Amino acid sequence: MSKLRRWGPGLLLLSPSLVVLAIFVYGLIIWTTKLSLSGKHSAIDESKFVGLKNFTDLFTNDINDRFVHSLKNLLIFTVVFMVGTLILGLFWAFLLERGVRAEGIFRSIYLFPMAISFVASGVVWRWLMNSGTGDQAGGINAIFGKLHLGFLESTWWTHPKWGMAAMAMPAIWQLSGYVMALFLAGFRGIPAELREAALVDGASTFQLYRRVLFPQLTPTALSVMIILGHMSMKMFDLIMSVSGAQWITEVPAVYVWQTLLTSDYAKAAAISIVLLLLVAIVIVPYLIYNNRVERSQ
Amino acid sequence: MRLSKRATAAAATCLAVALVASGCGGDKDSGSGGGGNKNVEVFTWWADGGEKAGLDGLVSQFKTDCSQYTFVNGAVAGGAGANAKQVLASRLQQGDPPDTFQAHAGAELTDYIKAGQIEDLSQEYKDWGLTSAFPKGLIDSLTVNGKIYSVPANIHRANVLWSNTKVLQQAGITAAPTSLPEFFTQLDTLKAKGVATPLALGKDWTQQMLFEAVLISDLGVDKFNGLWNGKTDWAGSDVTTGINDYKKVLSYTNKDRDTFDWTDAEKLVMDGKAAYQLMGDWEAADLDAKGFKDYAYAPFPGNADAYQWLADSFVLPKGAKDAEGTKCWLKTLGSAAGQKAFNTKKGSIPARTDAVPTDYPKYQQSAIADWAKDKAVPSCPHGSACSQGWQGAVNSAQGKFSSDGNVAALQTALAAAAKQFAVTS
Repeated sequence: MSKLRRWGPGLLLLSPSLVVLAIFVYGLIIWTTKLSLSGKHSAIDESKFVGLKNFTDLFTNDINDRFVHSLKNLLIFTVVFMVGTLILGLFWAFLLERGVRAEGIFRSIYLFPMAISFVASGVVWRWLMNSGTGDQAGGINAIFGKLHLGFLESTWWTHPKWGMAAMAMPAIWQLSGYVMALFLAGFRGIPAELREAALVDGASTFQLYRRVLFPQLTPTALSVMIILGHMSMKMFDLIMSVSGAQWITEVPAVYVWQTLLTSDYAKAAAISIVLLLLVAIVIVPYLIYNNRVERSQ
Repeated sequence: MRLSKRATAAAATCLAVALVASGCGGDKDSGSGGGGNKNVEVFTWWADGGEKAGLDGLVSQFKTDCSQYTFVNGAVAGGAGANAKQVLASRLQQGDPPDTFQAHAGAELTDYIKAGQIEDLSQEYKDWGLTSAFPKGLIDSLTVNGKIYSVPANIHRANVLWSNTKVLQQAGITAAPTSLPEFFTQLDTLKAKGVATPLALGKDWTQQMLFEAVLISDLGVDKFNGLWNGKTDWAGSDVTTGINDYKKVLSYTNKDRDTFDWTDAEKLVMDGKAAYQLMGDWEAADLDAKGFKDYAYAPFPGNADAYQWLADSFVLPKGAKDAEGTKCWLKTLGSAAGQKAFNTKKGSIPARTDAVPTDYPKYQQSAIADWAKDKAVPSCPHGSACSQGWQGAVNSAQGKFSSDGNVAALQTALAAAAKQFAVTS
């Protein structure tokens, strides 16, 4: 009884969010999983159990290997997006950390793009990354043309192989500032004693960063990669507003939407589950690692 | 202290109960007026432009013919109907259908018919004299297993070649091409005269429209129609020829086509940067609205006897709140007066054959004449030839072809899509 007194009220206070989570997150995950194992390929099909057929079909029996293509697109996007954002964010954080005048202003300028929604920036980037060249050029290509740098004109996201790399540009532009902020906080969290000790020991600036400061940023870098990684995998709004739903830039999230539009519920559910598993592969080890670190502290 | 703990516990319980209750207790009757229920909710994606004007024209006719009922506009804007179809699908699943909804006539309706979501209107067709008012070819296309499920409001033509007459004049072209070889010669001439983009094109579904027009030229009307009911083989060598011709046509189009909507391609023609564009005949109303006068139109080369039609139609959903109100709407829609009120504003032609051509603008007069004499051919991107799932697969395959030009892959994909989605009867 006294035990119940101790944790009872706490549980009661938590219960609304627990109930909502149970229904709308975990309940729906179970429902989606069940749907993904069924043969419900139109609004009226019976949802009878077909095992893993929908999943094997995605990889082996999809017209034009559409699903594998969307995974490849996602891979290119994710790699370019993460590498670009990390490099740019770390570089900016490094510059600010070295101490510039009016640091606050620079910080705000770099951070601002994050305040814009992907949809809004996507519309602008759609115009900037206009793939017309020569007379038809618009956006960045037109700027290159005016500067007599016509050879730099690009087809951007309409390039059959590397279009997704161009698609990552708006995302890099938008999130580098955020990564900078995280790294800057990381730099600031390193005790001053460490720097002083390194300087007293006669370390050069390069050595100071290479041997002392950067290793201290590893946990920050890990968090950054997790945050960027799961954002990238769920990418939908940016792609929809830059290119709309179409083959060249199709990623699994867009594919789910397209499939749902044609009422192929089982297939859409199967893609969603694959997507969920992909994100889980990234996030679950991080959560375990985090838990361990917290416990050891 | 103990009291405050108990109070927090009580508050937490209240919150939990409130949340769960609000989650479950959805309000089902919101929207419907209740009482006499004389409202007729008409669900469309006609929210602006010529479509909205057409709907308004129809509504004023409805107010005269069915004064005992009140029109309720259930339009959902955006995405050329994609948003509306999503909303509609969920409402139908919840058993809360609108009193009537818009759907492309033809194969796109099969999903609803198979799902048992719409009612048979064959008897009403007889009562209202529609069986004889609509051309036989259209009635045949609308009939599924001997039953008719929808009333078409209009007819559009998909395979029309639009041109900028000034650009053509400068290149010395005086007559519209009548065959594919002649078309290629003209495109070469235009290119030689410095028109960088002889033919303007947009993304996936507009590419599928162009592809189908080429196929009609290469296969002829009957074989093309057979593609959609399993009688013509998508893997056949004549389709390969069609794809190769289409690939050649693509080489005359703008390279940034995948970034273009049909209106962007239309702008290329208006600006004189392109000479030709294949698009449905809604382009006439759009060009007129934009004040562009130097345009001409002709059937796509080799399509002279084929009227590739698409139609917006309305249905009687199962479980409509007031079936009589819906029927009154459908009757108005099918009547000569209703079709005139709608089509003179929307820029399409009436499905009825008894229309008076002089009531209509210039383009529609020629279309009315063609509709009476040409053979009817359905269109996949506009739902008269294939279901929504088929459209999705075909759009994706065209998108891929636009970027890699792989003929064999396109043919395999189209054949696979037909195998997966075709309803052989």
